[in-house]
Amino acid sequence: MEFDYTEEQLALQDTLQRFISRDYDFDKRKAILRSDLGFSAEAWKQYAELGLLSLPLPEAFGGLGGNAVDIMLVMEQFGQGLLMEPYLSSVVLCGGLLGDSGSEAMKQKLLPQIAEGSIKASLACYEAAGRYDLSHVACSAKRNSANWHLSGRKTVVLDGPSADTFMVAARSSGKTNDAAGVSLFLVPRDAKGLTVSGYPTQTGARAADLLLDDVVVGDDALIGDPGAALALIQRAVDRGIAALCAEAVGVMNALNKATLEYLKTRKQFGVAIGTFQALKHRMADMLIAAEQSRSMAVIAAVNADSKDAAERTRAIAAAKAYIGQAGRLVGQQAVQLHGGMGVVDEHIVSHYFKRLTMIDLTFGDADYHLGRFSDMLLSA
Amino acid sequence: MDLKFTPEEETFRGEVRAFFEAEVPKDIRAKLELGRRISKDDMVRWQKIMHRKGWGAPGWPKKFGGTGWNIVQQHIFEEERAACNAPPQNPFAQKMLAPVLQAFGNAAQQEYFLPRIISGEDWWCQGYSEPGSGSDLASLRTSAVRQGDHYIVNGQKTWNTMGQYADWIFALVRTSSEGRQQQGISFLLIDMKSPGVSVRPIIMLDGEHEINDIFFDNVKVPVQNLIGEENKGWTYAKFLLSHERSGNAGIGACKRALKKLKEIAAEQPANGKPLIEDSRFRDRIAQVEMELMALEITNLRVLSGFAKDQKALGPEVSMLKIKGSEIIQTLAELKMHALGHDALPYVREALDINWAGNAQLNAHYGSYAPPLSGQYFNQRKTTIYAGSTEVQKNIISQMILGL
Repeated sequence: MEFDYTEEQLALQDTLQRFISRDYDFDKRKAILRSDLGFSAEAWKQYAELGLLSLPLPEAFGGLGGNAVDIMLVMEQFGQGLLMEPYLSSVVLCGGLLGDSGSEAMKQKLLPQIAEGSIKASLACYEAAGRYDLSHVACSAKRNSANWHLSGRKTVVLDGPSADTFMVAARSSGKTNDAAGVSLFLVPRDAKGLTVSGYPTQTGARAADLLLDDVVVGDDALIGDPGAALALIQRAVDRGIAALCAEAVGVMNALNKATLEYLKTRKQFGVAIGTFQALKHRMADMLIAAEQSRSMAVIAAVNADSKDAAERTRAIAAAKAYIGQAGRLVGQQAVQLHGGMGVVDEHIVSHYFKRLTMIDLTFGDADYHLGRFSDMLLSA
Repeated sequence: MDLKFTPEEETFRGEVRAFFEAEVPKDIRAKLELGRRISKDDMVRWQKIMHRKGWGAPGWPKKFGGTGWNIVQQHIFEEERAACNAPPQNPFAQKMLAPVLQAFGNAAQQEYFLPRIISGEDWWCQGYSEPGSGSDLASLRTSAVRQGDHYIVNGQKTWNTMGQYADWIFALVRTSSEGRQQQGISFLLIDMKSPGVSVRPIIMLDGEHEINDIFFDNVKVPVQNLIGEENKGWTYAKFLLSHERSGNAGIGACKRALKKLKEIAAEQPANGKPLIEDSRFRDRIAQVEMELMALEITNLRVLSGFAKDQKALGPEVSMLKIKGSEIIQTLAELKMHALGHDALPYVREALDINWAGNAQLNAHYGSYAPPLSGQYFNQRKTTIYAGSTEVQKNIISQMILGL
C-alpha cells in the first residue's frame, strides 16, 4: 500500500499550483468566464506544453501512458484552482474512450491531436428523459447501405460549444432502455444535419444540446462494435466520475482553507468568530468530511482502470455518493460560516460552492449512486 | 498511490488466518459469534495462546517482546482477528499502558511489567476519570502525597472498565496543586491488592457489569511505581490517549459487524421477503458501508503517515476516533432495528452461552437476536469514552486548525 504521490507526480502538482497562482487567480478567472469560450485557450496551450493533455493517453499514440492516479492529481488541482478548460471532456472521457476502444485509424488520427490540444472532443451520452441512465438512448442509428443515419437529441453535452468532434451514443437496435443495441459514433462538429445549441452552466462552463437530423457517418465512425457500446461508455463515465471525485476533493480543500482563514480573521463581538465553539466544531466536521472524501477519491482512482466491472462500479458508486454528500456539507457550511460573504458573486467561496454542487449533479448524484451501491448488496 | 496488499502481506494474512482458525478455542469463538458474554478467563486463556505463538503483543516493537509488525500488518491482523471471532486482547495493557511504559518507564519498570502483560499474568485497568473530572480530566482530585518511599493515595476513580478483574491499575493522581491544573498530575501504577483499594460495580444500561467505581483509602504505593517524573503525568496521559484513540477506529470490528448485519438482514423476514430487499433499510446499510470504506483508508493513511515520518501520533487520530465510534454505533443500531419488535424481549440468561433456550422465544427469535438490543445500548459509550466526540472536535479545531 502506498498513500502518497510519487516524486514525479509531486513535481507536476507543484507546477500546476504555481500555474494557478500566476495565471489563474480569481480576477483572471473572472475574465476567462466572460470570454466567448468560457475557458482560456492560452491555458489550454500551456496544459499541452506541460504534458497534461497527453498524460493518460497511450504511449503508442503520442501519450504518456499515465493512469487514473495521475488524473486524480491533475483534477485535484482543477478543483483547487476552479480551472474551466475542457480537460474532463476531451482528455479523460473522449481520450480515454478512444484509447480503450477506438479503431487503429481513429487512434492514429485523433489521439495525437487530442494530446497536443489541437482538437477537443465531447461525449454526448445523455438524453433529456433519461436522467442519469446511460442505457436510455432513443437517438437512433439506422444502417442504410454502407452508412449510418443518426437522428435524435442529446442533452447537456459538457463543453459542447467548443468541441471539434463529438462521441454520440445512438441506438442501432432494441428499445430505448435496453442495455444492448447502443452504439457510439464519432461525429465531427461540421457534420451535415448536426445542430449544436450551446449555453452557459451554473459554474460558467459551457454545455450544449445536440440535434441530429439524419446525420450520415460511415463504419469508420464507429467506436467499438455496433450495439455493444454501453459497457464502453459506462467505463469511460466511471473514469470521469473518479476524476470528478478528485476535483471535488480539491474544491473542498480550497473551501476549507478559505473558511478557516475567514474564521480566524473575521471579528464580531470583539473577537475572531473562530473562537466560538459552534463554529469550531462545524469546521472540524468539514475537515473530517474532506479527509474521508480524499480516501474515497483514492479508492475511485485506483479502481477506475479496473476491467472488473463489478469491482469498479462498487468503488465508483460509493465514492461518488459519498463525495456528493460530503461536498454538500462542506459547500453549504462554507457558505454559512462566511455569512453574507458566502452569498456574493464577488467572493470566490460562492464559486467553489457552485462547482461542488454541480459536480454532485454530474454523472449521477449522491442518491443515484447510493442506490447503485446499495443494489449491489443484493448480489453480494 | 496504491491500495493493493503486497504478496508478502497476503502471505502474512494467510498465516494469521490459519492461526486463528486452528487456535481460537471453539467455546470462545461461539461466544463471540453469537454475541454472548465472554469472561476474564476466556481472555486470559486466549492471551496465553497468543503468547505461545509469539504474538503476545501484536502492536509493540520487537525490543519489548512485541511482534514488530508495521501498520499494515497490524491492520491485517486486526481484520482477521475480528473476522475469525477471536477475542480482543486487554486494550488497557496492550494499547494504553504499554506505549507509555515503553516511552517513559524506566528499565526496571519495563522489565518487570511488560513481560507480565505478554504472558497474560497481569490484568490492567485504567484509572483516569473521576466523578467530577470527565471531559475536564485535568481537574482530577485523587491525591498522592509523598511519605518517605511511598505515596499515600486517596480518592475515587470511575468508569473503570473490567476493573473488577484487575491486578493493577494505572492512575492519574494529583501530586501538586500549584500552577496550572495540568502541571500537578503524576502517573502511578497501583497494585489492586493493596490495602485500602475497593471496587464497586456500576451496572450499565444493558444490564451488564462492565464498569466500576474504584476507591482509594490511604493506599500505600511504592515510589518506584511512579512513571517518569513527578508532576509530568499529563504529558504521559495525553500520549496514552493518542494511542487509545488510534485504536478506536476499530476497522476490523466494524467490518465484522457489517458482515453480521448483512447476514441478519438477509435472514429477517419483512413482508414475505428478506429484509435486505427493502431498499429503505438496504440504503441505510449501504450508507454506513460507504463511511467504513472511507474510514479504512483514512485510518491507514493517517497511521502510515506517522510511521513513515517516525512521528508520535498526533491530533489526527481524533478524526479516526469520531468516525469509528459513529460507525460502530450505527451498525449496532441497524442490527437492532433489523429485528423489528423481536428487539424488545430482554432475557438476561440468554447472554450466557449455556442458556438452553426458550420454546416461546425460539419460535420467532433468531439465535443472533438476544444480544443485539443490549449491544446497541452499550455502544452509546463509544462516542463518550476516550474523550467524547465534542472533546475530539475541540482537539481538532485547536491542534489541527489552530482555532
